[in-house]
Amino acid sequence: MTGAEIIMRALEREGVQTIFGHPGGAIMPIYDAIYDSPIEHVLVRHEQAGAHMADAFYRTSGKVGVCFATSGPGATNLVTGLATAQMDSSAVVAITGNIPQELIGTDGFQEADVYGITMPVTKHNYLVKDVNDLPRVIREAFYIASTGRPGPVLIDIPKDVQIADFTGDFDDVEIDLPGYDAKVPVDMTQVEAAIEAIKAAKKPIMMVGGGAQTSSQEIMDFANKLGIPVITTLMGIGAYPAGDDLALGMPGMHGTVTANRAITHCDLLIGAGMRFDDRVTGKISRFAKNATVVHIDIDPAELSKLVHAHVPVAGDLKDVIPALSSKLDKLVITEWWDQLKEWRDKYPERYKTDKPLVSQEVIEMFHEATKGDCVVTTEVGQHQMYAARLFPTSKPRTFLTSGGLGTMGFGLPAAVGAAFARPGEQIVCIAGDGSVQMNIQELATIKKHELPIIIAITNNGVLGMVRQWQEMFFEERYSEIYLADSNPDFQKLAEAYGIDGYTVYDRETAKSLIPEVLAKGKPAVMNFVVYQSEHVFPMIPSGAGLDEMLIGDQEEDSAPIESQLVTS
Amino acid sequence: MKNKHILSVSVRDEPGVLVRIAGLFARRGFNIESLAVAPSGQEGISRTTFVVTGDDNDINQVEKQLFKLIDIIEVTNHTDAPFVDRELMLVKVRVSSPDDRVEIRQIAQDFRASIVDVHREALIFEVTGDEGKMTAFIDQMRSFGIIELIRSGRVALTRSAADDRVEQPNPLNFREVAA
Repeated sequence: MTGAEIIMRALEREGVQTIFGHPGGAIMPIYDAIYDSPIEHVLVRHEQAGAHMADAFYRTSGKVGVCFATSGPGATNLVTGLATAQMDSSAVVAITGNIPQELIGTDGFQEADVYGITMPVTKHNYLVKDVNDLPRVIREAFYIASTGRPGPVLIDIPKDVQIADFTGDFDDVEIDLPGYDAKVPVDMTQVEAAIEAIKAAKKPIMMVGGGAQTSSQEIMDFANKLGIPVITTLMGIGAYPAGDDLALGMPGMHGTVTANRAITHCDLLIGAGMRFDDRVTGKISRFAKNATVVHIDIDPAELSKLVHAHVPVAGDLKDVIPALSSKLDKLVITEWWDQLKEWRDKYPERYKTDKPLVSQEVIEMFHEATKGDCVVTTEVGQHQMYAARLFPTSKPRTFLTSGGLGTMGFGLPAAVGAAFARPGEQIVCIAGDGSVQMNIQELATIKKHELPIIIAITNNGVLGMVRQWQEMFFEERYSEIYLADSNPDFQKLAEAYGIDGYTVYDRETAKSLIPEVLAKGKPAVMNFVVYQSEHVFPMIPSGAGLDEMLIGDQEEDSAPIESQLVTS
Repeated sequence: MKNKHILSVSVRDEPGVLVRIAGLFARRGFNIESLAVAPSGQEGISRTTFVVTGDDNDINQVEKQLFKLIDIIEVTNHTDAPFVDRELMLVKVRVSSPDDRVEIRQIAQDFRASIVDVHREALIFEVTGDEGKMTAFIDQMRSFGIIELIRSGRVALTRSAADDRVEQPNPLNFREVAA
């Protein structure tokens, strides 16, 4: 058997059912082996999209996503996708072909140092030099990708290794990773310390992030038992049901007033499976100043990296949360809840509809039409923040967004990955007219497989988030954000790919058309022409603290600053 | 407060492992003062010694981030326990006169530095010791004229009978854990 055949058999053994990839010269032996393999291969139109699809496949299913690319340009195209997966801790195994070993280092055709290039954007990577290493390397790659803090692993396989005769033992796959601890043992003394801190708290909050997507049930049980307020970060959406009585919404730069105010005023903050990203904390020195911080994360390197953890607990939430729960009862925090509810009632999600159609209402209409019972993917920008606040899902692994890297071009291919991971489920991709064009070629993949994906473009004709910053912080010097003069007709573009296209200008049509198109269960591109100058509010200016929030149109036209509103 | 820390890191002899480590330092803005790599007593494992400057938080991050690299088996911070450290230095000193030659050789003897090359106008010394000795020797020789010098970077071992190569550090045992 050749190396290429071994690769396909080893992937089968790992339970792989779907591969997203694009062939090319240096990976042709593997593509020849795919021809006879039972594993489904999805032909993408750009390798970056393939990486995002694999990433989304993991995010929605919990099973490692797999993508293929050829050497050189194929592999370098994967880099953005790998970095996206790395930042959001997504388990992906990427396999790249490379030129034959005898040519490596000679600037051969389609040669790039993929091993070197991908080191900083992967959890680990391999350059396989011996065909007999393949079974072990593939086993290790899946193990590393999916255990501990998940992340992408790349395996670079020169062409001569793919065609070489395998003479080893296919079943000898003993993992040899002395430097890797997949599971951190939970330190019970730290758990005890956390319990004491929680018992002593009068104004506690819990903040859950992407790490909680795998421990949603444990988080729900814990929160409900204690009656503790729950904040979900962008990556944590779905891990705790949005709209639940205990939910305060999203924190940070475009978080809710209630969540940000709760952070500023709490005396205990439990961070669970989250990493205090700067978009969450704002200025660190002003972040949760009054709080004892209990930080629970599977990656010990996250503890006290940014926000000092008074009680650092390294471990899997699946172990730590039940351990905490078992020794705690309902918290008596009535006064704190009265305060939180007052804020929540005073600052509901609100936007003005006295203008032409706005993005927010379009996104909210999708929420109403689906009841949030679908998979949502987003691109990056204003629409992403609107979607996080107005279209949050209530089940884990159903809200897919590039949180860490902020990759424009993620949402559309992510929808494809989600569609393969969850056949038959409705997928809605909320996009902007800017970012949707960064991987729009994947409409072909959607068409080919007739995936039930609706791409909702909130088309304001500009790069909206950049425009917002330019208006607020760059004296309205609108530099290079105007798209409307050269945007394609998205309806016609969809039709050119054989996909239903719609253009919507007014709220009445939007309201009636959205449920109609959803009901068809077919791919569709809906182009909503929306008001250009909307702002995402509340907003914390870059470098400011959570207590320096601009409330914006939640309250009135001029943006009052948080610190002027709260005296407590 | 910023201090110098000596870290010993056991790594698997995999291609590119040094690039991984160097890349990590560069990417996260950590500063390496010196770096020495050599085979350890165990087959397939090399021992890398770093001198890193930073405050406790910086060093803590360095240790944890290093430990996350799959090819790194063990990270020991020698600042936590008594240790011995040594550095090797080769120094080429200018010899301008017979008097200088005598004086230079006398100083070298005091430092137990050995002469490894003799030239009419220069001598090369090999000096082994800790950092203080290196600095003192350089200071002494400066007035004669140092033509060039090279240092190996520091290497270190913990002072005890324990073999810290085989001990897996518990990632929870980092110093900050005492809350």
